[in-house]
Amino acid sequence: MSILVNKDTRLIVQGFTGSQGTLHSQQAIEYGTNIVGGVTPGKGGQMHLDRPVFDSVEEAVSKVEPNASIIFVPAKFCKSSILEAANAGIKLIICITEGVPTLDMLYVKKKIDELGVRLIGPNCPGVITPGEAKLGIMPGSIHMPGSIGIISRSGTLTYEAVKQTTDLGLGQSSCVGIGGDPIPGSSFIDMLKLFQEDDQTKAIVMVGEIGGTAEESAAEYIKNNVTKPVISYIAGQTAPSGKRMGHAGAIIAGGKGTAEEKIKKLKECGVHVADNLVSIGSKVAEVLE
Amino acid sequence: MNLHEYQGKQLFADYNLPVSKGEVIFDAKDAVDACNRIGGQKWVVKAQVHAGGRGKSGGVELIDLPESARDFANKWLGNRLVTYQTDSKGQPVSSILIEACTEIKSELYLSAIIDRDSQKIVFIGSSEGGVNIEDVAKNTPEKIIYEGIDPDVKDVENHAINIGKVLKLNEDQMKQFIPMVDNLMRLFIEKDLSLLEINPLVINDKDDLHCLDAKINIDSNALFRQPELVEMYDESQEDPQEAEAAKSDLSYVSLDGNIGCMVNGAGLAMGTMDTIKFYGGNPANFLDVGGTATQERVAKAFKIILKDPEVSVVLVNIFGGIVRCDLIAEGVISAIKEVGISVPVVVRLEGNSAEKGAQILNESDIKVESINNLAEAAKKAVELSQ
Repeated sequence: MSILVNKDTRLIVQGFTGSQGTLHSQQAIEYGTNIVGGVTPGKGGQMHLDRPVFDSVEEAVSKVEPNASIIFVPAKFCKSSILEAANAGIKLIICITEGVPTLDMLYVKKKIDELGVRLIGPNCPGVITPGEAKLGIMPGSIHMPGSIGIISRSGTLTYEAVKQTTDLGLGQSSCVGIGGDPIPGSSFIDMLKLFQEDDQTKAIVMVGEIGGTAEESAAEYIKNNVTKPVISYIAGQTAPSGKRMGHAGAIIAGGKGTAEEKIKKLKECGVHVADNLVSIGSKVAEVLE
Repeated sequence: MNLHEYQGKQLFADYNLPVSKGEVIFDAKDAVDACNRIGGQKWVVKAQVHAGGRGKSGGVELIDLPESARDFANKWLGNRLVTYQTDSKGQPVSSILIEACTEIKSELYLSAIIDRDSQKIVFIGSSEGGVNIEDVAKNTPEKIIYEGIDPDVKDVENHAINIGKVLKLNEDQMKQFIPMVDNLMRLFIEKDLSLLEINPLVINDKDDLHCLDAKINIDSNALFRQPELVEMYDESQEDPQEAEAAKSDLSYVSLDGNIGCMVNGAGLAMGTMDTIKFYGGNPANFLDVGGTATQERVAKAFKIILKDPEVSVVLVNIFGGIVRCDLIAEGVISAIKEVGISVPVVVRLEGNSAEKGAQILNESDIKVESINNLAEAAKKAVELSQ
């Protein structure tokens, strides 16, 4: 087993024929992901990467029966693209694009919750189940099928955690980048719940960063609901207050959202905290011994 | 993106919110005329900078002669204002807001933010205004209300009444407050704000509500659809290096250490800073070259990092996902040649084509330390920085 995506995933790509959509679709296909088609308004009827292009998600749904969509359209179109997929009945949507306005996400989040749709992202590397399906922009080669579930707010930081668990021979069940924005489609808690229920996952790595209180809420959830070991690393221990550190979500505001507070809370809730980026893997190994 | 107080008040006026009669001046010779046009016997002069705490630092004065406005402008225009919210250099003053003086009966607090936890727009109100709201939250939490409002709500009346009760408004003030919340909500949504703060919101001598300050932050992601707000951007209020980096789509924050950092990805950039600190060093900056680190961006990033005279070593940490490390290695080499770097450079390449990248660095005639292991690379950079 795994979470969210596997070899039965039938994926469509919104923004299929654009440069980002094309590049990452090619790599996903090479990895073995079953891309059944794509959507680019105005280009319906064409073939792209040997797959059919449709004008709308609705049309794609009726012709190729996808069960997931990945979005590469520019930020200003993400709101309508996500809602289009949700309204067409797609239950898993992954939005890679960064720079989506926060107010757009407030509307989107409310709507997808009403429709019972799961959204990962925006501003995220996507989801991968090693050896089965890659729905995102992560390098497939550093992954290895295995027993560690990985959740992260950051892209390259996720790769670092992945590489360390691969080097130790543990591998990953699935890896999910939930994105670094203030209003993400899915939270740490949503993913912790799935990994807790997944037989293949033996331990969970949660990579957090400064800003907001998502890690604190997750810590509380872990204490009460997660029986599998959770290992965490929090980036931004040296970040100054009041400065936005790249991600829109990574800012220490009014003394809140510091790494120190998050680490304290995580430890109180029984989470194993790696005190350094380079020791995530060894911490996992130590906990699993 | 932040606005100046005078720009925020222009928006307030556009949305029928009660603000003082006032004018902004950019030249001291316009001060006296501005006072005369505003009229009255007393004025408030306020230096316009993107920072709070201006009153305590001499950046706000109450005057009763138009000539005093000119003196105030002469004193501040072209100079820098240092407050407890700025760094030690302070923020440059290039405009002064002159306003009719408001007689104050009491000071309240009102703000609105996008709350991540409840995923709503949350209005924060308090009967204690004019002070640091975080202190009120800590010492007298019962005096604060957090009222969450859905962005697509049709009628804010009940929300406004809930807030108004905590502000201890009388019946007449409540009648003014309900449309005020409605207008603030429209402003927040239509202009893509991420923060709106009125501190203080006052009750004046006529017992009316009045907005005495205006702090507005705009969601940078939404600027593509707010062209008139982009016009209001004042680059002089930003750190010059950070502003220059932003033009090249590089995310840069200067810090006070001496190890320059160049990393792809915001999370990994923070993680790299932490690793440097863990091994006893001090990062000079946060710099995210982005997911698509090209040779041009690497060169630009080197230039920005090296503008900081404190930098005594540069640590490059690239985890190649989509980007290939051999291309990054070539980018580093040509950037070093182009920029002419005199400090040692430690490069850690991992991921896509990392071995090939390391080989290119090792075989080049440039003096760089290529270390694949992040811990070892960080230790080396720390050693070279001491």
